[in-house]
Order: sequence, then C-alpha cells, then structure tokens
Amino acid sequence: MRTWHAWTQPHRIVLIGLFAGLVIWCAMALRWDWIPQYAPLAAEGLWRTIWILAATCVLGMLLAIPLGLAQAVGPWYLSAPARLFCTVIRGTPLLLQIWLLYYGLGSLFPQIPWIRSSELWPYLRQAWPYAVLALTFSYAGYEGEVMRGAFASVNKGQLEAANAFGMPRFTMFRRIWLPQAVRNVLPTLGGETILQLKATPLVATITVVELYSVSSRVRSDTFIVYEPLLLLAVFYMIIAGVIALIFRRLEMQVPER
Amino acid sequence: MIFKKIAIAGMMTVLLGAGVAAAEKVKIGIAAEPYPPFASLEASGKWIGWEVEVIDAVCAAAKLDCVITPVAWDGIISSLTGQKIDAIMASMSITEERMKSIDFSNPYYNTPAVIVADKSSAIDATPKSLAGKVIGIQASTIHQTYANKYFKDAMEIRVYQTQDEANQDLVAGRIDATQADSIAMADFVGSDNGACCEIKGPVANDKAILGRGIGAGLRKGDDALRESLNAGIAAILANGIHAKITSKYFTASIYSE
Amino acid sequence: MEFILEILGLTKSVQLLSFNPPGWGGNLLRGLVNSMQIAAGAFGFGLVIGFFGAYGKLYGGAVVRDLLAIYTTVIRAVPELVLILLLYYVGTDLINQASQALGFGRIEISGVVAGIWVLGIVQGAYSTEVLRGAIQAIPTGQIEAARAFGMSPLMMMRRVTIPAMMAFATPGLANLWLIATKDTALLAIVGFSELTLETRQAAASTRSYFTFFLAAGGLYLIVTLFSGVVFGKIEKWARRGQPSLKGTGG
Repeated sequence: MRTWHAWTQPHRIVLIGLFAGLVIWCAMALRWDWIPQYAPLAAEGLWRTIWILAATCVLGMLLAIPLGLAQAVGPWYLSAPARLFCTVIRGTPLLLQIWLLYYGLGSLFPQIPWIRSSELWPYLRQAWPYAVLALTFSYAGYEGEVMRGAFASVNKGQLEAANAFGMPRFTMFRRIWLPQAVRNVLPTLGGETILQLKATPLVATITVVELYSVSSRVRSDTFIVYEPLLLLAVFYMIIAGVIALIFRRLEMQVPER
Repeated sequence: MIFKKIAIAGMMTVLLGAGVAAAEKVKIGIAAEPYPPFASLEASGKWIGWEVEVIDAVCAAAKLDCVITPVAWDGIISSLTGQKIDAIMASMSITEERMKSIDFSNPYYNTPAVIVADKSSAIDATPKSLAGKVIGIQASTIHQTYANKYFKDAMEIRVYQTQDEANQDLVAGRIDATQADSIAMADFVGSDNGACCEIKGPVANDKAILGRGIGAGLRKGDDALRESLNAGIAAILANGIHAKITSKYFTASIYSE
Repeated sequence: MEFILEILGLTKSVQLLSFNPPGWGGNLLRGLVNSMQIAAGAFGFGLVIGFFGAYGKLYGGAVVRDLLAIYTTVIRAVPELVLILLLYYVGTDLINQASQALGFGRIEISGVVAGIWVLGIVQGAYSTEVLRGAIQAIPTGQIEAARAFGMSPLMMMRRVTIPAMMAFATPGLANLWLIATKDTALLAIVGFSELTLETRQAAASTRSYFTFFLAAGGLYLIVTLFSGVVFGKIEKWARRGQPSLKGTGG
C-alpha cells in the first residue's frame, strides 16, 4: 500500500509519463529493423554472458575464501602470497590482465611445438577458457580482500564457544565462521557481482561472443551505432536489476538483531 | 555580480578559443592499430608506411594542411560522421554497403582478398576446404562480411579488433586460417614472425562485398574535399610520386584501373 | 649490471623498454602521463558532479531526487565500456551539432577532454553515493549547532560539512581514484592514446607481448601503491583530532 502511494505522487506520474513518451519516441523514430535478423545471435550472447558471470563468480568465490582466510589468520608464508595476489589484481586494469593472459601466453605457443598435440590444446585454442580464468582471478582478487575483512569481523566469542564445545576446526569453519562472515558482507558481495557483470564486456576484445560483441557485429554490418548500444544498456540494466533482487532476497534471509 | 562577470568572460574566452581552434586543418583518420607496411608506429611516436607517405603526397599535391589522426578502426566511420576526422585513409575498401553512409574518393590502390594459413595445411581459398576450420578476421572489414556469407561451414569465425591480433593467433595455432588484404599479408608472411605461414590464394571475387579498390572515405555531401583529394590522387598518379613511394615498399605496382 | 641481465635473459626486454628510440619506454611513459591526466581530470569532474548530486539527493526537491536516482542507477548498472561508447559518440556529436546550430562552427574536442568528460560522468554517479553517505554520517548535532549560530548555508558547508565529511569520505574517494586510473585503460578501445593503447601498439610492433604488458602492469601497480600511500596520509589528516579506528569491531 505504501509503495503504491509512493509511485502515484504527482511528480512521479509526470516523470513516468515523460519516460513512457521517450520510449515510444525511440521505438518509432530510431531504426529497429535489424532486431529480427540478429535475435538468435543476441540470445547466444546473452546466454554466454550469464554463464560466464555465474561461473566466474562461483569459481572466484571458491578461490577468495582461502585467500581471505590466509590473510586474516594465516601464517606469514600463506598470508604474504595471498596479499601479493590481491594487491596485484586490484592494482592493475582488468583489460591488461585479460590481454596478458590471452596474447601474452599466445605469444609463447610457437616456441613450444609439442603443445599442439597435448590434451589441453583444444582448450588453449579457444578464447573462453582465458576469459573465464582472467575474470575468476579478478573476482578472487577483489573478494579475497572483502573476505579478509569478513573473517576478521566475526565475533571472536562465537569461535571460542565452538572451540569450547569441542568442534573440530573444519566443522567450526563450515558451520559458524564461514556463514557468519558471508552474511556480514552480503551487501558488498551483491555490489561486487554487479561490478563483475560490468566487467564481462571486456572479454569481447579476445573474440568471446557475448552480449556486447553482438552490438559490435550489428554496428559493423549495418553501420547503425546508437540503437544497438541503447538496447544493450537496457539489457544490462535488467540483468543488474535481477542480480540486485536475488541478493536482496538472500539478505532478507539473514535474521536482523 | 563579480562572479557573473567572471563566468561570462570565461565562457566568451572558451567559445572564442574554440572558434579559433576550428581552423582549416584537414584531419585524416588512420587506424590507431599498426597495419604494416601501410601504417606502423615507430618507437619515437611517428607513423611511417606506404599509406602515410601517400597521405602526405596527396595533401601536398592538393594543397591541403593535413593532420594524421589515429582513431580506433572499429569506430572510424562513426568518427567521420561525428566530425572528429574529415577523411578516412586507412586502407578502407569502397563497397556499396559503405556508400550508403559515406562517400569515397577515387581509389588509390587495389588489393585482392586472400586466405593465409599454415604452410603444412591443406587449406586453399575455397569454402569447401575451410569447412570445419577456425577462421580469424578483423572486425568491421569487407572480409568479415565475406566470411559470414561464404564460409558458413566453418567451425567458428573469430572476430578480432585488429588484423595483427588475428595474425598472432594464426602463428600461435589458435586459428587455422585468416582472410585479409593480400599486400598486408604478403608483408606478414615475408617477415620473421610469419615464417610459419603462406598465402594460399585469393578468394572467389564478389565485387559487391569486396569492393572496387581502396579509397578515401568522406562525409556524404563533402564534395569540396572529395574533389581536392581526387585531384591530389590523380596528380601523384600522373607525376610518378605514387610509383616512387610504391617502389620503396613493393616490387610491383599496387594500383590498377 | 649487464652481466646480471644477461643471466636472467632480460637484455632484450631492457633494450625494448629503454627511454630513447628505438626503445619504447618513452612512449609508455608518455602514455602513463596521458592516463594520469585523464584520470585526474575525470576524478575532479566526478567530484564536482558528486557534490551537486549529493546535495541534490539530500536537500533537493522530489523531482531532483528522482532524476538523480535515475542517473546513479543507470550509470552503476551499465558497463563502463558501453557508457564510454555512448557518451563519446553521442555526447561529442550533440556538442558539435549544438555549436553548429549556434553558429560557432566545429569545436575541437581533444582526446584528453573527451576522455575526462566521459569518465567524469561515470565517476560522478559513484561520487554522489560516496559523498551522500559521508554527509549523512555527520552527527546531526553539528549541523543543528551551525544553524543555531545563524551560519549561512554556504558558510555551513565550508566550515562544518566539508571538514567533517572528509574523514568518512576519504576511503571511498581513494577507491574511486583507483577505479578512475584503471578505467582509463578502457579508453584504449576507443583509440585514445593512453598507457594501455601505447602498450598494445608497442607489443604489436615488436612482438614482445609479455615484456610490454608486464611493464604496463608494473607502471599501474606503482601508481596504485603510491596513491595508497598518499590517500593514507590524506585520511590521517582528515581524521585529525578524532579517536583512532583501531580496536573497534570490524
């Protein structure tokens, strides 16, 4: 009831009316005749964007948890390399990391002739393994830093109580430390996931066909510049909105004091 | 009051300065990515190559004050229509599709499209031999349009931002073949880097897609500049400067009617 | 020195990176200067937008608040690459058309200015949120006391709000500065001559991809670490007189 009241205030109605007018003008005045021809390609691009996002977030998180733990409580020979990794990843642009992995490694291949007959060759040939690797490292670098703070922020009393109960260390980690740490930083993780979504277009520069590269393809085939980019922006906003909703759902599960 | 005066004075200076800055220099756009032997970058930051010298010669003959402006190849036509540059002389082919958006000068050189592959591979320039192979091409080129139309049986058509990146992946073995301009490819396979590969042959001609030569791209209706450039091109063809520059880089003439 | 380099196999790399031609080191450093210019300009422009945006969101009318909410939501949801392309082509196109309609002829917009314009708008959305959160964190008692003293809004902003807000805003702004320096790399895709593009050109011309990409990564890392030190000092200065954060939970 309250949100309905919020949306029907006079200035909101005027703004919504203006926005609807803008959408209708765009639909009629701009060129949209290229959509039917490129819809299958766009669907493929959308699917690839989503699975790259999901895969790299999951894999990156799996890598970030040990990184954060090592920095929070690890001995120096574990925490120092973890710290170095996070600093380097966070200190250099993602585009440079992607190009270094793809073209840098690629420039080494001619010097290793036997690599073409190895098992890994089909994966080394294609572009998406490098994209997934680079994005995973990037996500792990940023989340490692976030998880460091998360692990340090869990109340020490909880861990001591678990110890007093005689819980084995891995059980304590699995049932007390990790869930509480993740709950503490859930809003940050949601924001970081949206940032990861915004990082996915960069893999188009190493020939991965995802959503952004479809708009480039339309532009190079038909020379239409603005309309594909506008539609692309709308798509990304929708996906970001869905991610935000998912994380809000997750946050609601956390009992508040 | 004083603030208002300062603001107005500031705005006037900026606008006057802007007016003065919009002088009579003609900005010739070239691709920001090196494309030897037509345009490549020296360590000192100077652009050298056949096309760069021809641009200087044509401008001198047409008595224009030209400034060479590197722009990303992917958005070069948008830069032209958006008036960031006044002409494109970046080895762009004259095609019907492009003539819908921009005008062209007369051609100043020709280069057929060829397929380049590893010396040991059995690929020739027919669509049948490319079935099931991975082809690399540069985005926004006639080769991309051609490959999408004729090489539908290829396993994958990978789109690179620059031809150089496609060449690198060919050397690394990630792609099986690439289609590009014959002159640039002759330069590539003749260099140390391209020793692995050779030109397999020209592709079947399709004048509508492959165009009728390389010309300077101009904004639609910019007839004055078009006439000047045509006059310049005709002049250097007539007085032998075109042949002199060509002989510095190539063994045979690259211009045909 | 040369002997050590020879053992490590780095002689060729060092030659490629030397400052004078035929080494490409000078080019890379020129690109770094360009990158830093664009980053500094974009950060500053973003701060200005952020101030107006934060004040608008906190004290503005309902329409201003909604428009600013749309601005920050759109910019934070759409990838920077798409925004850069849209703002670069659409924005400069509009400016040129406007200036021609007004009869001033074409305006020269240099690459640096266009890069600052584009990245500044992106930074502005994030700055708005950071500054708004920082202003909201100021204890209301201080603002009320300033009003009770009869301070004009401008004086209150200058003497109470901004100094008090700096302590809360500095970590967020330090983060934004790092984002600005790394986002300049995206301008390489639009063809601006900054560090990442120079690196790619150098690597393509000499085929030494590893050398140049690692060198560029090293340069960015140096900038990041140096910025961290500088912002640490700024934060210490901004927090002067306030109790230390050490020992408080998390």
